[in-house]
Amino acid sequence: MTKTLRLALVATLTTAFGLVACTAGGGGSDNGPAASAKQTITVWHGFTGDNEVNAFNAAVARFHAKFPNITVKAVKGQDDDKITKAISGGDPPDVAVSFTTDNVGKFCATGAWQDLNPLMKQDGIKTSEFNQAAMDYTEFEGKRCALPLLQDVYGLYYNKQLLSAAGYSAPPKTISELTAMAKKLTQFNSDGSIKVAGFDPDWLFYEVAPSHFAPSWGAKWQVNGKSSLGSDPAWTQMVAWQKSLVDWYGYSKLQKFLHSVGQEFDPDNPFEKGKVAMAIDGEWRTASIRDEAPSLDYGTAPFPVADSLSSHYGAGYVTGTIIGIPRGSGHKAAAWEFVKFMTTDTQTLVDLANKIRNVPTTTASLAAATDLKNDPHFKTFLDIAANQYTSTTPASPNGGAYQVTFGQFLDKYESGSAASSSALTAKLESVDKQITDDLKLSK
Amino acid sequence: VTTALATGSSAAVRPARRRPGRALRRRRAFTALLFLSPWLLGVGLFFLYPLVSTIYFSFTHYDLLSNPRWVGISNYKFAFQDDPNLWPAVRNTLWLVVVMVPLRVLLGLGVAGIAVSLKSGASVFRALVYLPYLVPPVAATIAFVFLFNPGTGPVNHVLSWVGISGPGWFTSSTWAKPALVLLSLWAVGDLMVILMAALLDVPRELHEAAAIDGAGGVARFRYVTLPVIAPVLLFAAITGIIETLQYFTQATVAARVASGVTDLPGTQIPPGYPNGSTLTYPQLLVDQGFTQFNMGYAAALSVLLFVVSLVFTGALLRGTRSLTGDA
Repeated sequence: MTKTLRLALVATLTTAFGLVACTAGGGGSDNGPAASAKQTITVWHGFTGDNEVNAFNAAVARFHAKFPNITVKAVKGQDDDKITKAISGGDPPDVAVSFTTDNVGKFCATGAWQDLNPLMKQDGIKTSEFNQAAMDYTEFEGKRCALPLLQDVYGLYYNKQLLSAAGYSAPPKTISELTAMAKKLTQFNSDGSIKVAGFDPDWLFYEVAPSHFAPSWGAKWQVNGKSSLGSDPAWTQMVAWQKSLVDWYGYSKLQKFLHSVGQEFDPDNPFEKGKVAMAIDGEWRTASIRDEAPSLDYGTAPFPVADSLSSHYGAGYVTGTIIGIPRGSGHKAAAWEFVKFMTTDTQTLVDLANKIRNVPTTTASLAAATDLKNDPHFKTFLDIAANQYTSTTPASPNGGAYQVTFGQFLDKYESGSAASSSALTAKLESVDKQITDDLKLSK
Repeated sequence: VTTALATGSSAAVRPARRRPGRALRRRRAFTALLFLSPWLLGVGLFFLYPLVSTIYFSFTHYDLLSNPRWVGISNYKFAFQDDPNLWPAVRNTLWLVVVMVPLRVLLGLGVAGIAVSLKSGASVFRALVYLPYLVPPVAATIAFVFLFNPGTGPVNHVLSWVGISGPGWFTSSTWAKPALVLLSLWAVGDLMVILMAALLDVPRELHEAAAIDGAGGVARFRYVTLPVIAPVLLFAAITGIIETLQYFTQATVAARVASGVTDLPGTQIPPGYPNGSTLTYPQLLVDQGFTQFNMGYAAALSVLLFVVSLVFTGALLRGTRSLTGDA
């Protein structure tokens, strides 16, 4: 190798190492002008549909009317990947809106989104003003790095016509009732394939997910900060019930059925087409049905609960849209004014919820959402949101990895042979161990 | 006189060389650097920097949001001791390498052989075989999942005409990888083109000489065609192995589409549907880096993949020397 080439390679390697040393993290000053100063803040959000973007922009206009010195530049279609890269690159938006509550643990643990507790304390905003479950998914280990903007609430949708034809006048309230009704409502074709599913329990069937079922069994994801799938018997009961219903249908039949019906967010959605009599889904389905299947005779109700947990009937799973201030925001004071306005101004929340057809997040806005309350289909979800047993998934420093690990196990388990109760518990304990092991990488 | 002339002549032909001065050497080095700079810049920015970064990050805890923190070999220990998805992903990827690469090379060779031997319609045949390769992988995968849908797809419908109950294809743990192989075989046009060129390069007179010596078709292929096209076959195999070790797009798209689960923000979808059967090594890497924020661990997985690619390539090069006759 010539001296010149050696020199060139050394220079290149030095530059490369230099670049490595400069990579990552991105600091950024939190200083910025006072909220009263004339300024422009940038807000990134993930809304993309015209209706959603217009609703968000209307809320922004309302804010600007109240704070004419603060101009808001709202940028649509931004997801967590882009927000993360912008924070890491040191050029974040002043305010970020995310649909992924599972990332709250990471945002809080790393300080990527700023702790709002001091700002809330400074302005006298109490957590009791918000729905409790929404407070749970916006906080991690004492740091509140986000506030809830809107909620998604899950419940049971049922086809009144199909239920009536089978002799039912009301939706099921317990898992036993759900099971019996699901079997009676199911219709098979002459070749044995499923024509109409009473209730499709397949983990792959759209919104069927352990997180959405958990409140119905009162199942706890963690006890003392440790994964408790094996130690909380509620999980064993839930998984065993799901597997028994899958086996009643036949796993392969459910797979074939899944791949012969329409997609979840298409007008061919099987519930909207009457191919599924009962389904678990979010409150947004009411808007889809209004637009895509207006003649569908359906009802909504809380998802049934385990027979031994009848006092919890009325609860459900909740998640939602969150808003926060990324590290490195150059207009922290104005950004906080915006976050505070968007998450606590009752009329803005009600207006936003009305237009996007999501559930508002504060106690006051839940009470004031009269338009939504007047829709009997939607009112169910307002009630579920307000229920004391309504719960969410806990934040974790590695995002939703624990749900993915659990999901991998569940997908395999439902396609294989059922285990005895004790064997199933042992399997769940091994999933707990895996979830704990996975966390090693986050520490 | 003779001596004088000789001396004079020698001095005229070979003047005493003077070592260039330091300034001149520097100028020359600078000129050389200047000419090398586009290459150096490219290699530095797009090869050395990512490579050095990846190796460095593989020894750190790096979550994309905080500064990387040195953790020694913890990420490598986690890979070999604690990650339950690593070996299934390795097995799936190796399965694809062992099955997909040879089948693609063999089919590419077969199709190329047909293309060069066709008397008429060769251009139409070439176009028909090559066109699928031009279809974007995502679109091709979605189309295949639709065609092989066990409930509504036309493939199983046609199979039912002859009394065959088609498998679940992309929805079956057993058939998902073979279905991916079928997808890759459908788009074998790239290999057809390079192998066709190699076949056309085989000297006709060698074939004729071998035929006169009584060599049959198989012997002519073994002793005439194969040694000539061996370097191209080797190239196809090496690039095929490296591409398959990085197999990501088709497996990810097929799994997502076939599962029917809508990939909404916040939806937690286990990768590798069905039941992890299509979880390839690069998917695991991306999932760790960008979904679970374990970029340090993802970097360690990248380094391991790099080493494995090097080993594969080295072994293949060594193993094929006997075929090509190179020392």
